[in-house]
Order: sequence, then C-alpha cells, then structure tokens
Amino acid sequence: MSPRHSAVTPEPVTPEPAGFEQARELSESRVGTLPPLPTWNPFSLWYSDGWTVTKRNLIKIKRSPDMLVFAVIQPIMFVLLFSQVYGGAIAVEGSDYTQFLMAGIFAQTVVFGATFSGAAMALDLKEGIIDRFRSLPMNASAVLIGRTNGDLVLNTISMVIMMATGLAVGWRVTTSPVEFLAGVSLLLLFGYAFSWVMALLGMSVKSPEVINNASFLILFPLTFVSNAFVPSETLPTPLRVFAEWNPVSSLVQAVRQLFGNLGTAPVPDIWTMQNPILTVLIGITVMLLVFVPLCIRKFASISSR
Amino acid sequence: MIIEAQGLTKTYQSKSGPVHALAGLDLQVPRGTVKALLGPNGAGKTTVVKMLTTLIRPDAGTAVIDGIDVIRHPKSVRRIIGVSGQYAAVDENLTGFENLEMVGRLYHLGGAAARRRAQELIDLFELTAAGNRPVKGFSGGMRRRIDLAGALVINPKVLFLDEPTTGLDPRSRIALWDVIKHLVADGTTVLLTTQYLEEADQLADDIVVIDDGRVIAEGTSDQLKAQIGGHRVVVALVDAADGGTAREILARHGSGEPSMSTDGRGVEVAVTDGPTALQNMLSDLRAAQVNLHDAGMRRPTLDDVFLKLTGHKADLDATDDDTDAGGPKLSKRAQAKRDQARATDADATDLEKVT
Repeated sequence: MSPRHSAVTPEPVTPEPAGFEQARELSESRVGTLPPLPTWNPFSLWYSDGWTVTKRNLIKIKRSPDMLVFAVIQPIMFVLLFSQVYGGAIAVEGSDYTQFLMAGIFAQTVVFGATFSGAAMALDLKEGIIDRFRSLPMNASAVLIGRTNGDLVLNTISMVIMMATGLAVGWRVTTSPVEFLAGVSLLLLFGYAFSWVMALLGMSVKSPEVINNASFLILFPLTFVSNAFVPSETLPTPLRVFAEWNPVSSLVQAVRQLFGNLGTAPVPDIWTMQNPILTVLIGITVMLLVFVPLCIRKFASISSR
Repeated sequence: MIIEAQGLTKTYQSKSGPVHALAGLDLQVPRGTVKALLGPNGAGKTTVVKMLTTLIRPDAGTAVIDGIDVIRHPKSVRRIIGVSGQYAAVDENLTGFENLEMVGRLYHLGGAAARRRAQELIDLFELTAAGNRPVKGFSGGMRRRIDLAGALVINPKVLFLDEPTTGLDPRSRIALWDVIKHLVADGTTVLLTTQYLEEADQLADDIVVIDDGRVIAEGTSDQLKAQIGGHRVVVALVDAADGGTAREILARHGSGEPSMSTDGRGVEVAVTDGPTALQNMLSDLRAAQVNLHDAGMRRPTLDDVFLKLTGHKADLDATDDDTDAGGPKLSKRAQAKRDQARATDADATDLEKVT
C-alpha cells in the first residue's frame, strides 16, 4: 500500500503499517528488533560518527542549490571580473596580472568558503538539531568534523571550477605536477583550518544573521589587505606591515611559488614572505591546535536558543 | 526511582541581576510511570529537561538516571535516553528516513540496523509520505512525529518530551497524544513538560507543578484537581444588582470562595460535583428570580491552578522558556511580577504541597 524507501535493503517486511491504535504492535516492535549494541573501538566510533555527519552535510549541499551556486558562480565571477576588469589597469612588476591574480583568488575563495561552517553551526544551533546531536552518545567532535569536511568538499568543487576558468583566461601553471598538487593541498588545508575558526564564531553568536555580518568584517580586511590582488609594496606602511604578516599573504605567496606564478618581481625581505610555505604550514598547525580544542569545548556546552 | 534529582539549581546573569531559572528543584520519577512537569513559560521546565538530558550542567544539585550520575557520566546517560524537544530537531534537508537513519548511526546501531529501524519507525508512525522527501515543506505535526520517532530509535529507558504539542493544531495534538499514550502503554518511563493541564491530565500518572524554578505542588491529576476544585461554574447576570444574591447561591453549592468579574456581572466558583452543583445553583437562582444571560461549566485551566497555588496568575505571555548563555529573556514586566510573586510563593510552597 505504502511505497517503501528505495534505499532500504530488502529486509524482513513488517506487516502493514500499524496505526497509532495498534499499541501492541508498536511496543512489540520496539522491543523486538533492536540488536545488541555492537562493540566498537574508539577510533572506529570516531570515524563512523564523523562520516555520518559529513554525509548529512553532503546531502545538504546536494539539496540546497543556493549553496552550490554560491560555490560555483562566485569564483567564476571573481576570476573574470578581476582578470578582465582590473587586468588592464593594474600593472604588476615582472608578471602578467592574470598570472599574479589567480593565487589571490584561490586564497580568497578558500577563506570565504570557510564561512559556511560558521553560518551552518549558527543555523543548526537555532534550529535545535544541535540539541539532538548533543543528547546522542556520539563523539563530541563529530558534528564539527562533519561540518568542516563539508566545507572542504565545497572548496574542492570551487577550486576545480576556478582553475578551469583561470585556464580559459590564460592562467598557466609552470611548475611540476608535484608542486601543483602541493599548492592545491596547501590551499585546501588552509581553508579547512580556517573553517574551525569560523565554526567557533558560529557557535558563539546569537543568530545566523550575525555570523554573516561578522564574517564579512573579518574576511574583507583579511583578504583585501594582503598581496592577493595587488603587490603589498604598493600599500601605505601600516597596511603594508599588516599585509606582510597576514597569513593570507603567505598563503598567496606560497601558492604563487608552487604554481610558478611569481614572475620576476623581488620578494619583500620579510621572513614570512621569504619562507611562505613554512609560514603557511605553521599557520595551519597553530589554527588547528588552538581552534579544534576550543571548538570541541564550546560544543560541549552549547544548547539551542 | 529511575530519575532522582535533588536540589537542581541554575542561575543566569542578566542585565537586571541574577535570574534563578531553577532554585533547588527536587524530582523523583518511579520506573515505568509518566510524570508531567506543568508550568508556565519561564518556570524552568525546559531547564530541568536539558539538565537531565545532559545538555546543560546544573550550578548545584545532583541527578541520577537509572543509577547513572548525569553530571559525571553524561555519555552513559545518553545511551539510555530518548529526547524529543519543543522545536522538532530534525534536519530539514534530509528526508524523514535519512534523519532517522542518521540518529540510528549516531546511537551506534550500525548501518544495516539503523536503516531497518528507520524504516520500521516510518511505518509505525505513519510517516510514509515524509519518508523519502526532504522534511522541509512538511507540516509541524509531521515534523514532531519524525522528531518523536528520533527519540525512539533506541528503545530508551527514559523518554523526555519537552512540550511535545506546543504550537500544534488541535487535531495534530490529539494524534500525537495517541502516539504517546501507546508508547507509555508498555511501561516506558516518560518525563514530559507541558503548559496545558489537560495534556498532563491525559498523559501523566503524576503531575509536578513548577513555578519560578521550584516545585509548588505535586500529586495525581485527581489530587490536584480536588485541590483546585475540579470543574468551575460560571454564570453571567443580566443585572449586576443581583451580584450579591448570585454570589451567595454559588457559594452555597460551590467548593470555594466565588469570584466576581470586574463589571459585577460574572460570577464564578469551583465545584466538586459539577452537574449536580450546577442544577442546584440554577434552581436556587431561579427561585431567587435572578435572570441569567448565560450559565455553564468549564474545566480548570492552568491559570486556575496557578491562581490557587501561588496567588498569582500564570504568566503565560512571558517570553520563551529560559536557557543558554544569554539567559532567560524576561520582559521587565514579567520580571517584576516574578519578584513580587516570589515572596508569596515561599509561604505557599509548604502549605500547598500534596502527596
């Protein structure tokens, strides 16, 4: 009579749906079919919980086209806007602007992508599903791992789209595949680590609306006061100093180096710019070491509304 | 006792000083019974549930569920409880089936068992329509049912239902009552919170009335009703001049002091034997030649319980029920009302406690 869910394994078919009026059937089935809890080791539990929540977020991405559109259209738009609109006006020493620009756009996109975690945590909190998760005997970090993994997937999709667009407007990678992959990994790892920062923010604000505004207050200075779109030497001194120590600048510098997009311009004589890959790796490690524990602690004490 | 809580205390800091969400609340629930926490918004009902379900820690006090300390071993407690909250905690983007499967996996049933259980609950709760479509777009009643099914993915030793029917239309409410009644038929222990006396009456063996974070009365629904006088007779007079006579007649057959409406035309009294009292009153009123616009009986409401137990009205329009770092969002008016009420409560507590 009633169509069964297609994803269900062909299991012993229980008799026709018992109505509310059939109390016996309901209670019998409640007692009867539950298997004894399997014994799991802590690691497989942690892995299984993390994967279960990741899957939830992947389904969410699939079912909310707005998120996908944002993740796909925005990078295309940025690549085209910056390369075609500013490309002719901004002269970069020792390089063609499109080559210079792409690493900046990649970095900006992964950083922006991290805001999904913040917004999603705030929304989950508001809708009460965090209470459901917290009342289950699951691993406390699983919700956060699943969340940040979701960002990672979105960022990977964005990355592929951006690279295709970049190639179409003349961007080229001039290094070895190994260096190329290292660059991509660095970008995704940085975005992943930054997701934890935003997740903490998302759990700390009062409403999902606040997080969107807060995100922009953080993201714009971070991505624009950097070497992502213009060489940092052109900035007034205070901004230049900020830009040179900005982790996003190091990320951009590292990616330019790994993709072979540095050109012939001299590298600023600052440690962070001279050793960008190491700086970024340190930055990622510090972000994870600080924010993962903070997030897990925060998660253990939050509750809806 | 499967639930044993003592001296639960929670204080939030707000701009106007500390607010006592719970002020030393004790609670005992015998195994296999249904207990209702009855109280207005802001009384602390949700805070109690959140403490017992490990979501928030009390500032002071102890709580033990099935012999497990809730504060020290929250994870062990989570393995034996099911929770369904005031706001259906379901993921809108997932289907009903996917929601239940996810919960099953997070209870660590394993994939196959989680899927089998999800399908079973879909069938039992008649959720077939919501089974394979995203929850977003389904009615509130349907969401609550999915949420309730989520609380039953394991066979919980204690089921917590926080205002299970608040915000539902009457039909969905009655349907959900049916579901809950059948669940408790086989002896699951249930702790439910509600603002509605009728709901507590329908579902619970025992009722605990709470206000301002403490227990103000406790007993079976009959005991409580006897205390507030069961049904109430209400008459509307044609002429306010008959007020005195009517009051006297109602007092004669009622079980308490009649109250008059402000315009002097409405008289109301609690009665123990409803229909007989009403008949007697009507014939006496006729003999005394008092003309009536209207006369009838009504069931006691939460307002009546509160008025009787605390001397103040239940603050049903106060904003949401407490919790979270932000603390309870009480209007200034509600706050003042509380402070004023607190003084009278202290006396009422000892006097009014039954059982």
